[in-house]
This record gives sequence, structure tokens and C-alpha cells, in this order.
Amino acid sequence: MQAETLSGGFADPATQSAHAFRSVMEAMARPGTIHDISGAAPPAPLSNAAGAVLLTLCDTETPVYLAGEMDCAAVRAWLAFHTGAPVTGPSQCMFAVGTWSALVPLSPYAIGTAEYPDRSATLIVEHPALTASGVTLKGPGIKTSASLSLPDVQAFHDNHTLFPLGLDFILTSGDRLAALPRSTEVQ
Amino acid sequence: MYVAVKGGERAIENAHAWLAEERRGDTNVPDLSVVQIREQLTLAVNRVMAEGSLYDPDLAALAIKQSRGDLIEAIFLIRAYRTTLPRFGASLPVDTGAMSCDRRISATFKDLPGGQVLGPTFDYTHRLLDFKLAAEGDVPAAPTREAELGEVPHVTDFLNREGLIEEAPRQDTPPPDLTREPLEMPAERALRLQALTRSDEGFTLGLAYSTQRGYARNHAFVGELRIGTVPVEMDIPELGFAVEIGEVTLTECETVNQFMGSKSEPPQFTRGYGLVFGQTERKAISMALVDRALRWEELGEENVGAPAQDAEFVLYHADNIQATGFLEHIKLPHYVDFQSELELVRKLRREAGADQVQEAAE
Amino acid sequence: MSEYNFAYLDEQTKRMIRRAILKGLAIPGYQVPFASREMPMPYGWGTGGVQVSAAVLTPEDRFKVIDQGADDTTNAVSIRTFFERTAGVETTTKTTDATVIQTRHRIPEEALTEGQVLVYQVPIPEPLRFLEPRESETRKMHALEEYGLMHVKLYEDISRHGHIATSYAYPVKVEGRYVMDPSPIPKFDNPKLGEMAAIQLFGAGREQRIHALPPYTQVVSLDFEDHPFEATKADHPCGMCGALDSYLDEVITDDAGGRMFVCSDTDYCEGRQAAGFVGEMNHQRAFSVQPLLETEA
Repeated sequence: MQAETLSGGFADPATQSAHAFRSVMEAMARPGTIHDISGAAPPAPLSNAAGAVLLTLCDTETPVYLAGEMDCAAVRAWLAFHTGAPVTGPSQCMFAVGTWSALVPLSPYAIGTAEYPDRSATLIVEHPALTASGVTLKGPGIKTSASLSLPDVQAFHDNHTLFPLGLDFILTSGDRLAALPRSTEVQ
Repeated sequence: MYVAVKGGERAIENAHAWLAEERRGDTNVPDLSVVQIREQLTLAVNRVMAEGSLYDPDLAALAIKQSRGDLIEAIFLIRAYRTTLPRFGASLPVDTGAMSCDRRISATFKDLPGGQVLGPTFDYTHRLLDFKLAAEGDVPAAPTREAELGEVPHVTDFLNREGLIEEAPRQDTPPPDLTREPLEMPAERALRLQALTRSDEGFTLGLAYSTQRGYARNHAFVGELRIGTVPVEMDIPELGFAVEIGEVTLTECETVNQFMGSKSEPPQFTRGYGLVFGQTERKAISMALVDRALRWEELGEENVGAPAQDAEFVLYHADNIQATGFLEHIKLPHYVDFQSELELVRKLRREAGADQVQEAAE
Repeated sequence: MSEYNFAYLDEQTKRMIRRAILKGLAIPGYQVPFASREMPMPYGWGTGGVQVSAAVLTPEDRFKVIDQGADDTTNAVSIRTFFERTAGVETTTKTTDATVIQTRHRIPEEALTEGQVLVYQVPIPEPLRFLEPRESETRKMHALEEYGLMHVKLYEDISRHGHIATSYAYPVKVEGRYVMDPSPIPKFDNPKLGEMAAIQLFGAGREQRIHALPPYTQVVSLDFEDHPFEATKADHPCGMCGALDSYLDEVITDDAGGRMFVCSDTDYCEGRQAAGFVGEMNHQRAFSVQPLLETEA
């Protein structure tokens, strides 16, 4: 087993995952806001932020799809050792992680059902740079409007039109993250 | 003069101290040991294990001691402890055919392979208070004989050989677990059985009794009731085979119920099933009757609107820890909601009164 | 209590609850099923709120617990003590100092701010439950956005009483989609639900549901054009601090019909008294400088 497989997890899982979760929750509750997240040092190409999100939310009960270059021996071994999450394809996953170009098309992912819209995938999108600029966001969690650099506009717009079904996105970059739930209107 | 109430913390501490004193009772009377409860209040221990969903007679006995003999409170203690336990894995399904039976009776056949074994039952005791027990005398040893070795076949297997009872095909898909996933309707039979085996004995008994009195009657015969120990085995991946990790006492009840048939299928008896931790036969029989009543849909029976046929009603109300918690929560302060009702009722009465006055004037 | 994990729950359970919270925030007003655990306090006594708080708290949080608006009600004391023991968090009674507030039946009078989380204890999360007891049916009604039954109920109230006869747990519609039960808060508190700066999380333990309102979410109390929603309270000032804008408890002061009205939000009332506001029946303040006496509950 590689040393990097064993390292880079939460040294103190209870408190580090609590802090990481608060960052994710604030991001999901306030779309467009950018938050620091720390505690994880996963192998490349996973960012620290994406690694922390996986450690905080994933375990043996959550199938994960590793898109594109994420699906490598180092990431697989790290994810298995620290979370035990089974690796699966896009249609079965609860979480997917990868760059935008590796994650698309969005059609295979679960968007929930009319009775259980929560049974939908959450996509962790590795993004080169997160800035509060670009497209305008409106909806729950946003007082008037917010801006966020997104890798696409049409796809997020289309996803919103599915509401209350749809996908939820966590955008990660280095040690920072933002989120874009299905409830957000993208203009 | 009004003073805002404070000091809740001290009041709670004092209440707990008083409770501890009351639990102990008169200190001139020797303290009851957990071992005494485990050995002499076995059926209470069994009920706590069954409805607490945790097979540990010592912990169940401790819970009974701590709860002053309030069994629902004891079950609650066990449940709350159980949730904190890590899960190392799941055992293989137990084979009740391999049970070493203390008791095994069939109401459907006079005699059968394996025999009728009464075992330690209250059934034919005359319910006369035994004042000798008050004098703490020794109990004479019960007569014994060599145990008959070998498996005791299930009565339903005999019927099955003739095709007289519905098939119960082997199912190897892992059953759902309502302690790990939220209960979802419609619930499959495995999930219903899990809920019933943990369900409140009194609630289940009442429902079962209601089916006997005509609320979805299903003409149950106790095909077989058996109580005994079965080995528990677990696959150990590192070893590549299963090893025995212990044994549990179980009560199993299989009922043979009214037959069904159609133009295409000849008449067959149907089944109800009960399986409960410990010697808990009232519960196991009740469970089998309610299980059978809940199967109306898959057996093509009519829903007569009986409570025991209504899976949502049964499963959402059978758990005594949920029920007692919600029932007792109405002791908590509700003065905010009550105040809002008070204001509303006063307003409605004011307006109604005003109308009446007006009508009288007209 | 070192034998238990931080904030009592094991990490796997917290992850499961955290995932449900995120889905709840993404679908405001929708009830997310979650595998509620058996807690060491009874169902109906805040197990849902406690599980949500346990999944949200960090060691640095300042935690406040209120029941009926008050920090000193016995169950609030009990829950606060539970988290002091299991999470070692600092606790406070001051609304403005708290980062996480667990509540039963009230929203604090003081406007909450960004960075705060309000966790509600919820007994029955399904607003349609008293109209249709079956979960399988109400789930379909939410899926189809079929809320006619609720309007019929409210309208029947009007024809019988001349008013909508719901005074607490008053149903709301969230972002024009889901009808939601705000937990049994008095309808006086309903206007605070919408456009709140804090995150609102609702936990129902026995019923195994979590729902959420992100900040600045549109929340509309159901009503009719000719019978608009009205946030009501006892028409009195607070006897202790003189507040005219706060929700009041009625206190019976003698057996000759004497009564007074006092803020249900004890922190709000004490804050106003400390700032020099005096109600008409606050004789201690009026005639002495001694602090409030402590009495046994």
C-alpha cells in the first residue's frame, strides 16, 4: 500500500468533519458564496477541498463515481481506505467527482423522483478558479443576487428547470468551495 | 408578585436523586442483584431483549433494575445503548430446524417426528398463588431424561411435501433494516417481520386478538411453536468460512391458516410467521397472526378495513419507544401553542357573543 | 463523557444526517427521510432537533437551547446539559451570542443574523397529516403539488368560525412549491420564517424527517384574499419589560382572576429590562434594585 493512501485523511475526524460540514452547509445554503475548507490532503488530481467533501459526506453507504482522470489507482485506493465508499458509474452514484468536462453529460445521473426528489446525485466539480463573478444567481439562500464563475451556464439553467428534481453541485478549487443547488436560478 | 421561574437545572438534579432513592426502596431490604433478575425474572429479561432488539441477558437485567421494573423504560435503555454499538457484520441466517428445543408443540397433529415437548410452560398450571414462594423455599429438581439428538423437522415441511401449504421459497437477498433506513411504504414482508419482532407485546397481542374476533379473521392453527437455542454463525472473510460465535434462545411460531384456492390453483393452506428473541411465546404467536393478516394483498384477499390488515397503521404504531415518547411528550410545556389557541378561542367567542347580542336586538 | 463520540452520535450517523440536511437545503420545504437513531432521550422530546444539532455543531460553537422561548424550561435545560457533556460546547442564553440555537415552539424575537443556525424540534413534520393520516398518500400529494385538501380545511374553518382556526403550526408554502409545517410555533412567528438571514433546519426524530429553509427563502403563510393571514398575539404589553412587539405568555397570578402577560422569549425580556425598560407589573424593578430572585421550578 502506498504511503499516500494512508495519509491525507482527517487526523481528528469528529471535529474536522464538523468544520468541513459547516463550510459545505454554508455553501449549499448560500449559493454563490465561497468558503474555505481544510483537513484533507488527498492524492492528485483530487483537490484538498474535494477530498474534504468526500471525507465529510461519503462512506460505505454512498456509491461514488470517479469521472475521467479521477479514476486512477491513487484516488481509488485513498477513497477506499478513508471512506470505504464503493466506486460506481454515473447512473448509480450518489456523489460524482471530476472536472466539468469529465463529468458531462449530465443525463445519466439520478435526479430524484417526484415522491423522493432527494434521491439525486451530488456532483463535486473540480474547477480551476472560483470567483464571485460571472453569471448571476438568484433563488433561495440569496438575498438579492450573487455571482459565481461557472464552467457552464445552459446546463445549470436546464438543471434548475427540473426543480424540485435535479442535481446539486459543489464546486471545489484548491482549498475553497462553493455550491449550486438545483433551487438556484442561473441567468 | 411574578418572578420568572429559574433553577430548572437544580430541580432536575433533585428529581433524579429522589428517583434513585425510590428505585432502591427500603435499604433494610437487601439490594436486588442483576444476576438475580437475569436468573429469576427471565421472561421480563426476554421481553426487554426482544423489544430492545439486543440479545444480552445481563444488560437487559441491568436495564430492568435501573428502570424499577418498568419494562418499556428498560427497553428504551437497551435501544439507546444499542444504537451506539459499532456493527462488525451480519450473522448468517439461523437455522431453526437445527434448534435444540426446550419446548415444541403442534396443535395440528397429535403426534409427529420429534414429538410434543411441553417444556417449561405455564399452560397447565392452575393459577393459584403459591404462598410457599413467599417463604423462599428450595425448589425440588425437575425430572430429566436423555435429550433426543438430531434435528426436529418443521411441521410445515410435512404439509409442504404434499403441496398442502403455500411455498415459502428460499430468499437470499439481504433483508432491509428499519434501524438503519427510514421506514418506507409499502413495506415488504421481511421489513414488516422486523418491525413486528420488535413491536410492543401488548399492541401486537391486541391486534392478533382482533383478528380472532373477526377483524380480518384468518383461522390460524398453531402448526408449530418451538422454543430453544440455535447457534449463530458468522462468515469471517479472513478465514474464508463461517464460525459459530455463540447461541441465542428463540421462540418460533408457524401458523397454518385458512386455505386459498382458485380455478387455476388447488386449495392450499397459507402461513403466518413469528420469530422472537428469548422465551416469548405470547409475542411470537401474536406476531404470526398479525403477519398473516398483513399478507392480505399478496394472497389476493379482500381488505375488510381491519386494523391488523393496515400495514401503515400497524408499523407506524407498533413501536412502544416511539409511542411512549410521543405520548408522554404532552407533559412538556405547551404554553406557547396553548396561548395562541386561547387568544383565538377568546376572539371567536367575542365575535360570536357580539353576533348574539346583535340578533337579540333585532 | 469520553466513552461517547463528540456530540454523542457516531460519525457514520452524522454523515447520514449531514447528507439529508444538504438535500433539505437544496429542496427547501421538502421533507427528506433520514434514518433517525434512537437517542438517550424520549421520542417527542426533541430527538430530531438533537440529532440535527449534533450533526451541525463544532467545538467552537456557542449553543443556546430554548423551549417555549425560554432557556430555563426543564427540557431546554436537559438538552443544553446533554451537549455540554457530550460536545463540550460553550452554551449561552443570549440570542445574539449564539451560533447554533435549538428551539421548541418559538423563533427568538431578536432578528437572527448570517452565521447563525436555528434548529427546530418537530413533532409531526407533515402539514397534511391531520387531513390524511397515510404517509403513502401525503407523499403523493406533495409530489403532485396537490394541496387542495389543505385549502378546503382552511376554508371550512372560515365558514364555521369566520376565521382560519389554526393558531400554531400554521402551514406555509415555500418558494411557491412545497407546503411545509413550520413546527408548532405560534402563527405570530410565521412572518419571521421567510427572508431570515440565518439557516433554519427542522428535525423530526420519531417521524424520521429533516426539512430546511436556506436564508432569504420565500415563505408564505397560506391564506385567502378575503381572509388574509394575520400574525396575532395577546393584545397587551409585557408586564415585565413593557414590550409591545413580543409574543406573550399568560401567567395566572392569583385565584381571583388576576393575570399578567410576559414575554415568552426570556432573553429578549431580560435584555430589555437590563436596558431600563420597565413593565407595569414589574414591581421588583420599580421598587428595588435587587436582581430577580431565583426560585425552584
